[in-house]
Amino acid sequence: MTPRGVGYLPRMLTPKARGSLSERLLEAIRARPRDLAAVVGDEPESVDDEQIALWALYELHHHGFEDVDDALEWHPDLLALRRRLEDGFERRLRSRWPSPGPGFRTETFAEDFFAFVEGHDGASLAAHVQRTADVEQVLDLFRLRSVYHLKESDSTAWAVPRLRARTKAALVELLYDEYGAGDPDRVHAHLFARGLEACGLSSEYGAYVDDVPVEVLEQNNAMTLFGLHRRLRGAALGHLAAFEVTSSLPSRRMSQGIARLGLAQEMADYYDEHVEADAVHEQLAVRTICAGLLAEEPHLAGDVWFGAWSCLDLEDRLARRLLSEWAA
Amino acid sequence: MSDLDHPDGVICPGGPLLLRGDHVVTDAQGRPHRTTRPVSAVCRCGKSSRQPWCDGTHKVLPPQARP
Ligand code: FES
Ligand SMILES: [Fe+2]
Ligand SMILES: [Fe+2]
Repeated sequence: MTPRGVGYLPRMLTPKARGSLSERLLEAIRARPRDLAAVVGDEPESVDDEQIALWALYELHHHGFEDVDDALEWHPDLLALRRRLEDGFERRLRSRWPSPGPGFRTETFAEDFFAFVEGHDGASLAAHVQRTADVEQVLDLFRLRSVYHLKESDSTAWAVPRLRARTKAALVELLYDEYGAGDPDRVHAHLFARGLEACGLSSEYGAYVDDVPVEVLEQNNAMTLFGLHRRLRGAALGHLAAFEVTSSLPSRRMSQGIARLGLAQEMADYYDEHVEADAVHEQLAVRTICAGLLAEEPHLAGDVWFGAWSCLDLEDRLARRLLSEWAA
Repeated sequence: MSDLDHPDGVICPGGPLLLRGDHVVTDAQGRPHRTTRPVSAVCRCGKSSRQPWCDGTHKVLPPQARP
């Protein structure tokens, strides 16, 4: 490896394989000389195998890996494999989605959206943290959340140049707050990093990916899928809106649970910030961002609902898995 | 030129008032609070635990108790 100079923060190493495809893929991208063509046609042997392979391919577009050449980000063989895995993943997400959603009527969209989220009766990790979780469970949850929170909003930011003036300004208005409004100490991902450290956990990007269940990889990969593809900008913004609408009240519960267990104030600060910020963001995401998008591109209504539903469903799957593991 | 609207204040039916930019808002006790973000949400239902800012509580109020 070439020295990168003083102040360089080493990035994560490639994750552990979860099956034969990811095994061969991860080996191939680390190797020199490498033979990528050999893995392009591989089939995943399980959803775990598919998701960690896709996650690793996506990370080449986020921060990359210390043990992988940055030039592989746009390697045609990897793009071909990525495309095939994405197709399967998107098909699975769409097959889980039961209905085309309530459509788009300008006058009632915000109301329809809030009602849609309220009507989705999912399991709540925040309620468990607030009242019953023990310290180990909550620390586990922080580890799982770190895979996304340390890159909070990054995949949504890919949608910005694909939007027209009204929606572009609206999205950047929200993202500016996620990114600290110019103050690096207030960047949400950084607040979470400080919370992790104060809890004695690693704040290194990707540190816990080997420990997370496949539901977390699906959550992560869905956001990157929606963000990277211009075609899916409706889903990216629908996902964002559902995420924001389900954040403010649960963040308050998280903060109360952290206080109940006497965990670090820095982590409570992250959630307290989200109580207030997301009470704003939920309004912006629904009323100016999604409604703005659909005013300009009404044909994307189906994808907005698809993205919103996927956000709720993926969180529900994770919550049900963790709650049943914790109850065992 | 302005053909796309971008008001400084937006009333959200059943929810907060969105306020763009830097302002000082006084709460019910007359204490001043300076905004800290590009857009702030001022509670209109009176039930937020973080006055004068909205904390999403309006969503769990019965519809007739929402502003
Ligand atoms: S308006 Fe949202 S809590 Fe009062
Ligand atoms: Fe955030
Ligand atoms: Fe947010």
